[in-house]
Amino acid sequence: MKKYINTGNKDTRSGFGAGLHEAGKADPRIMALSADLASSVKMDAFFKEFPDRFIQCGIAEANMIGVAAGLAISGKIPFAGSFAEFVTGRVYDQIRQEVAYGQVNVKIAASHSGLTLGEDGATHQTMEDIALMRALPGMVVINPCDYNQTKAATLAAAKYVGPVYLRFGRPAMPNFTPVDQEFIIGKAVMMTEGTDVTIFATGHLVWEALQAAGQLEAEGIFAEVIDIATIKPLDAGAVVASVRKTGAAVCAEEHNAVGGLGEAIAYALSGGCPVPLEFVNGGDRFGQSGTPAELLKAYGLDAEHIAAAARRAIARKRI
Amino acid sequence: MASIDELKRISSQVRRDIIRMVSGAKSGHPGGSMSSADFLVALYFNVMDHDPASWTRDSRGQDAFILSAGHLSPLYYSVLARCGYFPVSELGTFRKIGTRLQGHPSVDRNLPGVVQTSGSLGQGLSAAVGVAIGKKMDNDPHLVYVLVGDGECEEGQIWEAAMFAAHHRVDNLIAVTDWNRQQIDGNVDDVAGVGDLRPKWEAFGWIVLECDGHDFSSILKACSDAKAACGQGRPVMILMKTVMGEGVDFMAGTNEWHGKAPNPEQCAVALSQLEETLGDY
Repeated sequence: MKKYINTGNKDTRSGFGAGLHEAGKADPRIMALSADLASSVKMDAFFKEFPDRFIQCGIAEANMIGVAAGLAISGKIPFAGSFAEFVTGRVYDQIRQEVAYGQVNVKIAASHSGLTLGEDGATHQTMEDIALMRALPGMVVINPCDYNQTKAATLAAAKYVGPVYLRFGRPAMPNFTPVDQEFIIGKAVMMTEGTDVTIFATGHLVWEALQAAGQLEAEGIFAEVIDIATIKPLDAGAVVASVRKTGAAVCAEEHNAVGGLGEAIAYALSGGCPVPLEFVNGGDRFGQSGTPAELLKAYGLDAEHIAAAARRAIARKRI
Repeated sequence: MASIDELKRISSQVRRDIIRMVSGAKSGHPGGSMSSADFLVALYFNVMDHDPASWTRDSRGQDAFILSAGHLSPLYYSVLARCGYFPVSELGTFRKIGTRLQGHPSVDRNLPGVVQTSGSLGQGLSAAVGVAIGKKMDNDPHLVYVLVGDGECEEGQIWEAAMFAAHHRVDNLIAVTDWNRQQIDGNVDDVAGVGDLRPKWEAFGWIVLECDGHDFSSILKACSDAKAACGQGRPVMILMKTVMGEGVDFMAGTNEWHGKAPNPEQCAVALSQLEETLGDY
């Protein structure tokens, strides 16, 4: 299988920060809005170079989303950033009314998503955000897998006209996709080809899926790993084509079972090519405090659990 | 720019439109539409610098208006149509399947004149602040107007926006509160008392003006004073004292007609109290 090298752990939020800075240099319409978390969301470089295009909104996320919508009406391209929970669950109606139904070119920049936020615990660890944002008509939902891809996805989101939910995380995690690989919204990324089972993974779990594929290869099982960086619109063609070849699949995400990648894949496959499908996700639970690695293990989201799910999926296809 | 006599005539027709639209749709919100009618007529026919023919959603090169209290849609649509943003005949489609005149204003059907979706209360002020900042960044000297309800000020986001606009010195923004003291469940002071709005807005850093929302000379003076107060580093609020349902005796001064349509008999009585000045749609 194709090997990926971790070029050094980096946080995906810094990938966002680098992408935002670069997008800001290329397009004077790009703006950044923060709700008192500019440094945490890595807007520092943008702020330093373009202070006139940065707006500090204070701890008032609802107003931030409305101001972003107004700026977009005026032709700006605002990135409104905070922790994922506070720019989804807290402001769902504002995003629904002002951004999605309002059809404005606002980008929701959601850092510290999922369990790997870590020690802050469940109040801050949203595992429902993908479900909320997927439910909104017309909303693009992107969950890139590493620093390099997050930077590229940020640049793609800046160029795309329309509302985008861009989800990334806090901890330093493996960085393994090619530098400056163009990000195409709505296109699944083939990571490694296989014949026995497809692992659809998103976000931080793409690296875990690749490790799982390595473990399976040692057992003579060839897993195909596909990075679903754009969860909506889903690349249903690529999803169906892969399982037609492999006949079984696993969906892995740092998100709860309801409304996430797994349900999106299941929906696509139920009409396109029903096969045994196993799910690696947070179930129907809240998170808790801990280190990212401890939490991925405790909630069954690490490479070992993905490999086990792949074996289960393969076993079912032999029934 | 319409004279006060002309404004009165337009206002009478707009109130007829509101009653006929809500009655025709058998639903909608006549109470607040009637209380804000004189103000919105004055704004569009006298105060605002706008041009329906060249209008675009970004309102570039024009003043912009956002209706935060989106349930006043019958009033909004009537005024836009009477100004020439779209045919007056379209008012008859209000709230009917396939219409551009949705129950609450939307932008997804490209109805000319509508800057932003509204209806979920408390949000339009934030959007107006964003448009105002956009105008400043683009060196567009035009102003942004926004209309909120007094009951709407129970929403926390109004006060987030109030703090934000003052902190960021958004001084090209004129907000207007329809202070009719009524909301769906009753008198505002009984439901969730917003209290005295003047010291509240002043404490939030705004320049506060007041007017009688059913006296055109008072409305025009407040708008003129508000324009003069722009550019001084602070946002401006006009607290407009009004009567819910103003213009029809059995609707006036009660929350009963906040969101209820008159039946055909009630509609006929209401229309008998409102002169048809410009021709019904």
